[in-house]
Amino acid sequence: MNMVFLYALVGVGLFCLGLHALIMHAHLLRKILAFNIMGGGVFLVLVALAKRTEEVAPDPVPHAMVITGIVVAVSATALALKLMLKVSEETGNAELPDERRE
Amino acid sequence: MEIVFSDVPWGVILILLPLAGGMACFLWPAISKLLGLVTVSAIAVSVVALFFQVRDAGVYRHTIGGWGAPLGIDLYADGLSLLMLAITALVGLVVSIYSTSYFAEPLSSRYWPLWLLLLAALNALFLSADIFNLYVTLELMGLAAVALTALSGGGDALSGAMRYLLATLLGSLAFLFGVALLYHGFGSVDIAILGQRVEAIPIVWAALGLMGAGLVLKSALFPFHFWLPPAHASAPAPVSAVLSALVVKASFYILLRLYLDIFGPLGIEGVESLFGLLGCAAVVWGSVQALRQTRLKLLIAYSTVAQLGYLFMAFPLSIISGPAVWSAVVYLAISHAMAKSAMFLAAGNLLCFGGHDRIADMDRVVQRLPVTAGAFALAGVSIIGLPPSGGFIGKWLLLESALTQENWYIVIVLILGSLLAAAYIFKVLGYCFTKAASPHEPRTVPVRMEWAAMLLACGAILLGFMAPVVLPTMNIGDPFIIGAVLP
Repeated sequence: MNMVFLYALVGVGLFCLGLHALIMHAHLLRKILAFNIMGGGVFLVLVALAKRTEEVAPDPVPHAMVITGIVVAVSATALALKLMLKVSEETGNAELPDERRE
Repeated sequence: MEIVFSDVPWGVILILLPLAGGMACFLWPAISKLLGLVTVSAIAVSVVALFFQVRDAGVYRHTIGGWGAPLGIDLYADGLSLLMLAITALVGLVVSIYSTSYFAEPLSSRYWPLWLLLLAALNALFLSADIFNLYVTLELMGLAAVALTALSGGGDALSGAMRYLLATLLGSLAFLFGVALLYHGFGSVDIAILGQRVEAIPIVWAALGLMGAGLVLKSALFPFHFWLPPAHASAPAPVSAVLSALVVKASFYILLRLYLDIFGPLGIEGVESLFGLLGCAAVVWGSVQALRQTRLKLLIAYSTVAQLGYLFMAFPLSIISGPAVWSAVVYLAISHAMAKSAMFLAAGNLLCFGGHDRIADMDRVVQRLPVTAGAFALAGVSIIGLPPSGGFIGKWLLLESALTQENWYIVIVLILGSLLAAAYIFKVLGYCFTKAASPHEPRTVPVRMEWAAMLLACGAILLGFMAPVVLPTMNIGDPFIIGAVLP
């Protein structure tokens, strides 16, 4: 097993870890962090898979995709944080209301 | 004239116009209404120009900066893209006219930049020919849509928007993971090139699972619809109209494209039946939930969940009937776009009129707001699928394929869905005629808002007569022939 494959597996692990946290945690800040960890996982997979073999130089296209992805993730996180602040201002706590209780 | 206009890259203009318009609205908020209306009208004109270009010269393809497919970004428009662009422009134009009266300052100057950015994302999405570009447009669309949902503030709208944001981000990330796998497997993000290279290997199953799950979440297919009702019901009326009419259709459009050009030709067992079953469940569950609602906007939102189910029913039928079913489903999608936006605009009028949207407390609406009540009823005709309406044509074509294939469970759900839709539409209409237990002082509804809803509802009915024009347009470039991708 080479290093590149290991990085890709770590990426998959981060994605699953983030997914678990996104679903299980109620606090919005934790959910936003979980989303960022998932994003990190996907980016790691993209970068790792860009190097197909040891001899050939890595493919630059996925790197460009990761940069685009980071820009998107930063803006999404900014919007999410602002929304979270607004929600906690309005409802008093930074959690989403449980629909079934209504 | 023709020589001058046939060379104009209308596809590029369709993306740049709303982007530039959105920026301009942000910079000069004082004249944002005017700028917005001018931009949206210009988009409608550009779509018409693109239609003539595609009709005369075949599918539209533009390589941005002259870079070409493997590395650069290609724009592509066939009949299917054209139809989606047209419905976006049409609904967008009417909703914009409605919004000029609906939003007062300071909301108005915040609404226009976001709305034009959303239009830019939608247009770019329908014109994209590569899966990475689709990811970027999905994210642009999601972020603009969430910001619009949260526009009016208040606890319901904010938590609805937050739930929507988390769902849409999760969907996009799963989609991006799929893009990464497909690029690693086949060395391209161009849909046409992928379609030629793709083989039935495990990495493709993983990509299909991730992209499929992400897009199903974004299209709010049962049981992933949990985010839709709170977001669509708590957003301002014009925003709800656009979300239900266009935004959920956009992710279904991507799923359809990927299925037709990349995953469909591989003949994957079970995917179609799974989508079909979930679609049937969505129709029944969404309709029953709609019937149980006491608030009008929630009822309409659950009706959207039900109507989205019909779109997914086409997957199992398409194995035998092929392109005919896809035409039916796209017909249903555009009819639903018209009818549902009309309904949300009408609900906005009722909210403005009575100050609430409790169905049981509606007070002699038919007598006092005849145009709005008429718009709701006409839109209801198309949602139920009664002739003559666009919804009837779409459902009839679906029913026809189901009957010829003797696929009885789809036949039963189609009929049951229409009956339930009739039940929840007539439930609302019944309360429109009567006097409420606690009468209230009516507020005046601007004429423009009443007629905007009516215009869209009439459009949904008119679509019932437009099949000879719409169906050939849809099939320019054979978008529904599985695996028929143009390199």
